[in-house]
Amino acid sequence: MGLLSRLKKIFTGDQEAEAKAAPEKRSEPAASKTAAAKPASKPEDVKVNRIQDAKIKEDKPVVEKITVGHVHMSGCTGCLVSLADNYEGLFKILDDYADLVYCLTLADVRHIPEMDVALVEGSVCLQDECSVREIKETREKSKVVVALGGCAAYGNITRFSRGGQWNQPQHESFVPIGDLIDVDLYLPSCPPGAEAIRNVCLMAYLLLRGDESQKALAAAYLKPLMELPKRGTEACGCDLMVDVINQGLCMGCGTCAAACPVRAVSMQAGKPNVDREMCIKCGACYVQCPRSFYSFDVVGQFESISELIATVMGKGGQ
Amino acid sequence: MVLGNYKTAVCARAADADILKCSQDGGVVTELFTYALENGVIDGAIVAGPGDAPFKPEPIVATTKAELLAARGTRYTISPNMSLIKEATRSYGLDKVGIVGTPCQMQALRKAQLYPIGMRKVPDKIALAIGIFCMENFPYQGLEAIVEDHCNTKMESAVKMDIGKGKFTVYTERGAVTQIPLGATHKYEQPGCHVCLDYVANMADVSTGSVGTPDGWSTVFVRTKKGEDVWSKAVAAGYFETKDIASVKPGLDLVTKLATGKIDRNKKTLEERAKMGVGKGLRNPYI
Repeated sequence: MGLLSRLKKIFTGDQEAEAKAAPEKRSEPAASKTAAAKPASKPEDVKVNRIQDAKIKEDKPVVEKITVGHVHMSGCTGCLVSLADNYEGLFKILDDYADLVYCLTLADVRHIPEMDVALVEGSVCLQDECSVREIKETREKSKVVVALGGCAAYGNITRFSRGGQWNQPQHESFVPIGDLIDVDLYLPSCPPGAEAIRNVCLMAYLLLRGDESQKALAAAYLKPLMELPKRGTEACGCDLMVDVINQGLCMGCGTCAAACPVRAVSMQAGKPNVDREMCIKCGACYVQCPRSFYSFDVVGQFESISELIATVMGKGGQ
Repeated sequence: MVLGNYKTAVCARAADADILKCSQDGGVVTELFTYALENGVIDGAIVAGPGDAPFKPEPIVATTKAELLAARGTRYTISPNMSLIKEATRSYGLDKVGIVGTPCQMQALRKAQLYPIGMRKVPDKIALAIGIFCMENFPYQGLEAIVEDHCNTKMESAVKMDIGKGKFTVYTERGAVTQIPLGATHKYEQPGCHVCLDYVANMADVSTGSVGTPDGWSTVFVRTKKGEDVWSKAVAAGYFETKDIASVKPGLDLVTKLATGKIDRNKKTLEERAKMGVGKGLRNPYI
């Protein structure tokens, strides 16, 4: 609680006076640190938007923005669309918290640059040299690699590929990125909810640029998602059976059925029943289950954390 | 802390006699959703509607008072209300969703709001979450065994079931009352309940249950800003009769006692699970 109230203070009122005195101190070392790695920043744009959000006091970024890239492997771009589905929230993130330094769809950058957070969408086609090279390059050049969506995390529908299709019939083997590189964080589902991507971006910002208490909150929030890679690179509706019901943990709340993007999960006799023909192996049901992971510390403060997110998102929060 | 954070605790019952006729206790859930629906706080509520067998609930999205009334009363078995949370916001297109649920469902709801990984467009649409006190739950077959085998009552002829004062009680239409000690029902509890560390729905906006207040009344905890807002307005609008919780018997002491009992017992279960095997154990979901 103390942590959150301190956090709020930083984002809202009390920061003002401190911010007036501090900005040179704070931005100088951070700027010089990232100057080499970062492409040209856009100070003018940022200022314009601050005027727009003038009513909200906390619109001043705590420190420098983080750099985020979207790396496109074999996926459908749905995860990127989900990021964009934050609408004004996306602008707020790009204005105040993160620079999009690489994104074949939205940014005119050809080669993978150094970045803080790489959001990787899609699985890796082993027969495509470029993909294999780029996923390794992504690992080398990023501080945090996020498997964005079911394909990157678990293979998702690309698990069903057997090749033999035009125009690249030899493209038959697709693996989750975790089979080739170490992944720091999984954000499963097909696609991951827009607000979930937003929350991870904000928390990554706090983790990399925040002060000690901000880091603590971000670490607590991100921890369960950072534990997911340890479970391996396979997911299926069967996880509900194996890791929840077989473990004596299911109480029939129905969350998995709601989370499933393809309605493969129905509730029968108070427990989930997975239509395995329908399951696309995205991992949404298990990760959303309150009995897969549940943190009393984080979820217990849902009200203040939700308010905090709404505050830092300003008008962009939906 | 076993009772969670709350702004106020109060003893209350619905002012609407129609609601009280078939409600479990004080009719708080039905009445509060009625107020919320009639005053634009919510567009609809996910409640345990009637199912295809007696005392077998089926989650529904209620958008009228009639649908809310049809969902009155406790059925001591699983109603996967969370299964409709995305359906309500997307297929039904509700912007302001109400949901009632057990403590575990409230935990699921808040996790879904903070980690909306498979819950696109859900987080900001939860307008009112009402939690109900819950010690444990039974699979439908378990409830059937309790009522038909132990209480020797047909499910069809039961009109009300109740748990209180250490007894499981079934009432029939013709006035027969069967009581068995609650201990006899324990073996039918679903296993997932034995790791639950929440008795009074700490994660709800408003939580309610019979324990702590006299028959026909409910104990109400108002927990969040949203909950406080809608509760104070509903009381001001005359939807509820209220009494000071300190003035009623047995009061919050009993709630605290039962909550502590449940949490201690289930913490022990978690410890036992962790070393169930030889050098191995079962998974603990809490981090």
